[in-house]
Amino acid sequence: MAVAPEKPKIYEGSRIPSPVPTSLIVSPERRESGDIMQINFGPNHPSTHGVLRLIVDLDGEEVVGIEAVIGYLHTGFEKSMEQKTWWKGITFSPRIDYVGYQSNELVYVLAVEKLLGMEIPEKAVWMRMLLAELNRIHSHLVFLGTSALELGAISMFWYCFRERDMILDLSEMVTGQRMHTRYFQVGGLAEDIPEGFYDECRSFVEWMPKALDDYLALLDRNGIWLERTRGVGRLSADDAIALSQSGPNLRASGVDWDLRRDQPYLAYDQVDFRVPVYENGDVYDRYRVRMDEMRESVRIVDQCLRRLERMRGRPWIADDRKVVLPPREELHTSMESLIHHFKLVTEGFRGPEGEVFVTIESPRGEQGCYIVSQGGPKPWRIHFRAPSFAALEATATCANGSLVADLIAIVGSLDAVMGDVDR
Amino acid sequence: MANDWGDAPGYVSHEERLGELTVTIDAAHIREACEFARDELGFNLLSDIVAVDYLGWGRPGVSGYIGTDSGRDINFPMTQGLQVLPRVMPKRFAVKYHLLAMRDRPARVRLTTWVEDGESLDSVVPVWPGADFFEREQFDLMGIVFDGHPNLKRLLMDDDWEGHPLRKDYPIGGEPVRFSEAE
Repeated sequence: MAVAPEKPKIYEGSRIPSPVPTSLIVSPERRESGDIMQINFGPNHPSTHGVLRLIVDLDGEEVVGIEAVIGYLHTGFEKSMEQKTWWKGITFSPRIDYVGYQSNELVYVLAVEKLLGMEIPEKAVWMRMLLAELNRIHSHLVFLGTSALELGAISMFWYCFRERDMILDLSEMVTGQRMHTRYFQVGGLAEDIPEGFYDECRSFVEWMPKALDDYLALLDRNGIWLERTRGVGRLSADDAIALSQSGPNLRASGVDWDLRRDQPYLAYDQVDFRVPVYENGDVYDRYRVRMDEMRESVRIVDQCLRRLERMRGRPWIADDRKVVLPPREELHTSMESLIHHFKLVTEGFRGPEGEVFVTIESPRGEQGCYIVSQGGPKPWRIHFRAPSFAALEATATCANGSLVADLIAIVGSLDAVMGDVDR
Repeated sequence: MANDWGDAPGYVSHEERLGELTVTIDAAHIREACEFARDELGFNLLSDIVAVDYLGWGRPGVSGYIGTDSGRDINFPMTQGLQVLPRVMPKRFAVKYHLLAMRDRPARVRLTTWVEDGESLDSVVPVWPGADFFEREQFDLMGIVFDGHPNLKRLLMDDDWEGHPLRKDYPIGGEPVRFSEAE
């Protein structure tokens, strides 16, 4: 997996600014010279995908200073979740990264299950994988549509959002919600998979590769797109690792690393997929990695669907009455079920004392959930390792010496979702 | 894997629980220990830095038949005690460094250091530049001071914010509300 030594380097040495690795600072002498113009980029600029403020120092069109100011979307998720029982926390987690919501939900649920030492039914494992991969496509479509829109390719936005809507329709069919589904429960899934889902999902799997071909035809032979993205915002493999980058941003810099393959969770070791890696570390490669990943995700969805079709009628949630809500119909006939239901809804279940750190490959990279439990019904401390937060740290390195027009392409290509950054 | 850590600078102890390796490092040697982890043991990526406030840890006590000493408030169903007392923690704050070794046999480790309120830690920005935001976030929300950090200022909260919201003694609703009756 390590960086192959014989490949040409993206650039020699390190371009990480010093002394502050995440911001470029203009020297006082240069600022005195009067050539430097300081502008505010954001916080409400359409291309910042939320509320990101960049304080940019320009010398002509060249970016010579940059500092990211974040926190405009800080909502205190971690503090709030400390006040809620384990199962109420599931509602919070998807709202952190509101584009890759299913991954957030998954990592939280996996962390609680690891703490409890729970086994979950096979059907739930495969359905979680399927939804996580659909969500990866969804997230990359939003990335692709908005990035292309910012560089002037407006039609891409409509095409991407057409397919995105298909995914939201599928999500609505299974979970009742288009986004922020709360479909993953501690122990499995909230409901069984509806019968019509298999056919709908199958037709999406057949449709999506054609749509991806269309995207490639629209963008990959588009001179403006290529000129605006190739060689722009380069990030070397060593710098990417030093800056804690993960996911597509890392793979675009030539690091062959994907948690789904290298530290498999769910049943990723039982599906066949390729990990796309590109070597130039520029905006173009970050776009290509995500394009290829969508194609691989479609393949994984296809394999999950084949498995799930053979699991009709199997249980979708663990049969553990101390953690999982009893079936609704039992509440009318069984006293024990009623007591369990009451206890779970009022007090919630208790996690044992301990700490866990679970990481998964979200659409944006290494998504981690760290939980400390005191042994009570609420988490003592909960923390999310946000891949977008780390991705923003690379902004200054990528934008080092670039033009101000490229800044939009660079910020878009790092694919930071501000909800995930600020939490 | 675990016994490689015996030579780490400032090594105190290690423990494997729930399949995760935790190595406790003396707070004075955290930067050397991180350098050792990166250069000698191949932990090339800093995944995360997180601080935990253990103020009031285990205070609910063990619940008896009618709840704990302080009683049990039926309007707050979570006020009954714990089933077992948790382990005693040595100091108020723990700072945890989650490291990842990206290689053919990947490994993860959690380095734990303990500090009291007001004590500071060496910054690991010289080891991993990516620690910049992580340390600023923990400084902002938990009030842990990292010596040698090039730009230690608030990150998520306002620059003039008072207090550190993730501390256990920071109240819920600790934000001043405008137009409330209290004004």
